[in-house]
Amino acid sequence: MDAIMLQEKLVERLLCPRVRTSRQKEKQYVGFATLPNQVHRKSVKKGFDFTLMVAGESGMGKSTLVNSLFLTDLYKDRKLLNAEERINQTVEIIKHTVDIEEKGVKLKLTIVDTPGFGDAVNNNECWKPITDYIDQQFEQYFRDESGLNRKNIQDNRVHCCLYFIPPFGHGLRPVDVEFMKALHEKVNVVPLIAKADCLTPSEIKKLKDRVRDEIERFGIKVYQFPECDSDEDEEFKQLDKELKECCPFAVIGSNTVVEARGQRVRGRLYPWGIVEVENQSHCDFVKLRNILIRSHMHDLKDVTCDMHYENYRAQCIQDMTSKLTQDNRMESPIPMLPQSTPDVETDRLIKMKDEELARMQEMLNKMQQQIHDGKDQ
Amino acid sequence: HYYCRQSESIGSTLLGYIGIDTIIEQMRKKTMKAGFDFNIMIVGHSGLGKSTLVNTLFKSQVSRWSSGWGGEHKIPKTVEIKAVSHVIEEGGVKMKLTVIDTPGFGDQINNENCWDPISKYINEQYEKFLKEEVNIARKKRIPDTRVHCCLYFISPTGHSLRQLDIEFMKHLSRVVNIIPVIAKSDTMTPDEKNEFKHRVRKELETHGIEYYPQNEFDDDMEDKNENDKIREAMPFAVVGSDKEFQVNGKRVLGRKTAWGVVEVENPNHCEFALLRDFLIRSHLQDLKEVTHNIHYETYRARRLNDNGGLHPISANNTQESNL
Repeated sequence: MDAIMLQEKLVERLLCPRVRTSRQKEKQYVGFATLPNQVHRKSVKKGFDFTLMVAGESGMGKSTLVNSLFLTDLYKDRKLLNAEERINQTVEIIKHTVDIEEKGVKLKLTIVDTPGFGDAVNNNECWKPITDYIDQQFEQYFRDESGLNRKNIQDNRVHCCLYFIPPFGHGLRPVDVEFMKALHEKVNVVPLIAKADCLTPSEIKKLKDRVRDEIERFGIKVYQFPECDSDEDEEFKQLDKELKECCPFAVIGSNTVVEARGQRVRGRLYPWGIVEVENQSHCDFVKLRNILIRSHMHDLKDVTCDMHYENYRAQCIQDMTSKLTQDNRMESPIPMLPQSTPDVETDRLIKMKDEELARMQEMLNKMQQQIHDGKDQ
Repeated sequence: HYYCRQSESIGSTLLGYIGIDTIIEQMRKKTMKAGFDFNIMIVGHSGLGKSTLVNTLFKSQVSRWSSGWGGEHKIPKTVEIKAVSHVIEEGGVKMKLTVIDTPGFGDQINNENCWDPISKYINEQYEKFLKEEVNIARKKRIPDTRVHCCLYFISPTGHSLRQLDIEFMKHLSRVVNIIPVIAKSDTMTPDEKNEFKHRVRKELETHGIEYYPQNEFDDDMEDKNENDKIREAMPFAVVGSDKEFQVNGKRVLGRKTAWGVVEVENPNHCEFALLRDFLIRSHLQDLKEVTHNIHYETYRARRLNDNGGLHPISANNTQESNL
């Protein structure tokens, strides 16, 4: 069976649970088995959102891949900078938002682009603007979550970061390792091998093995696909295994449609042949798309909320309370952020601290004076 | 005092065949016996197919790595200079080819001044030659380790040159012959390739980077016409390979993918053949001459000037000089 069909079957199973229709069992049937259905209906009404970050040097085909994944043209009016214009450019963060609707399901997709990354001669800490951005989104969410009006929280947290590894190397470069290590505990990192059509099949395999090896060696925690449930059928498990062994995905994107084997497909036309983006024997684009959109979008969001965000939050609270409880004062019940607008509670605490400090300073002065006087005599 | 009259040289019709033209043949025989030296440096960040291309160009395993990259490609922490020499022979002509690799270039996170070791190496070779030249008892043929040509590999991003590319070429185009090539060009479709080449050429022009063959060194109109054509076609978009495949009944060097075979020597697929003809079949000697007559002389003049007009070596007193 087709991989896509299998995965769609899975989605169906999640949304439409088996319902006992036998008459004899009607008495015991309560009806909450339809809960998933209800959740489904509500979320369809509300719509989904997903924030995807793309990172990698310029010229890796990031924009083309995003367009191919979501069948949009987000970068229509983009102007490419030449090397001179890029000299003083630091890494920027640019957001593109697009609303996509398919079969009644609405998706608000946000693509976070990171132009300038890795392009300079000196790329020391070029990932800092990116980690800062991710932290800012967490902080924003943290504040909103602790605020009063929580009905319409905007979730701008980054759910997944596609990192583009150049195919022209012999594995991970220092900048690749450093970037992924700076981000692996803040966001789901999915490494990709970009522009894979310049590699032969054996070269791709070698490169993938090498990258997987180095990821393990350097302790980089890339996004792990969850284990499939033990009650799935064998075929599904096999596909799942294949998917995991395929990482990092070797991808190709295209903004153009070409004629191949009698059909019009997205592809690239070379003098020696035609590369089809959606042909699984040409590249892993379909696998990536399935993972990202059809099967793991929700898991990516869950891991972001349950792991990365919670880690951030715990760290934040710890930092904050350690500052306040230095002299065993009461723990603040409300999470306070250093730069937040001062509210009554914060003001009170600050005032108390100030008074305490003033008192201590006065005591110190008195003691110093005493010592000084003592010396004179 | 004596009186000398210089007669004008007049073209005289020869009454018979003398054999002056055989001097060309004599020269040829002598140079063939002596053999040629050629030193080529390859620069570009790791993974751009530099070693494969050099092997393909000279149809021998002349780079540091044997074919296939099963070897340990560890990125060194600083730029290293590794020179490997091989003697290759063709048609009775022997060539001592030295390939100078520069692993580590452009691979670090901070690549500032990563071209310094390269610049230093090139100048050291000029210095070595200069020292030999000013010796009293000079060798008949001074061993020539000067870099005759520097192949600079541009990453085929499809956008434009990278900052590092511009910095490197700016710093070194006045010191050595730089030939920029677009590496692994099978990653671009023909249209993308043309646009990229056009953008790169414009950028090189904007930054005043004179790549080889340099405009200012064209000897005559014939040279200029030939070189103009070459300059317009550069940088050459190349693909390298040391594997052969069967295509239409012929065995060709190429890369086999799921959608076709990229033929290295097919001009519709890439410009490898153009690069090879240009580098080896027509301009090999010129590269050496420009290095000797221009780059080396510039270095020598600068050393003389730095020394206040005195011969540079005399200040060192490291060996007897002819001053």
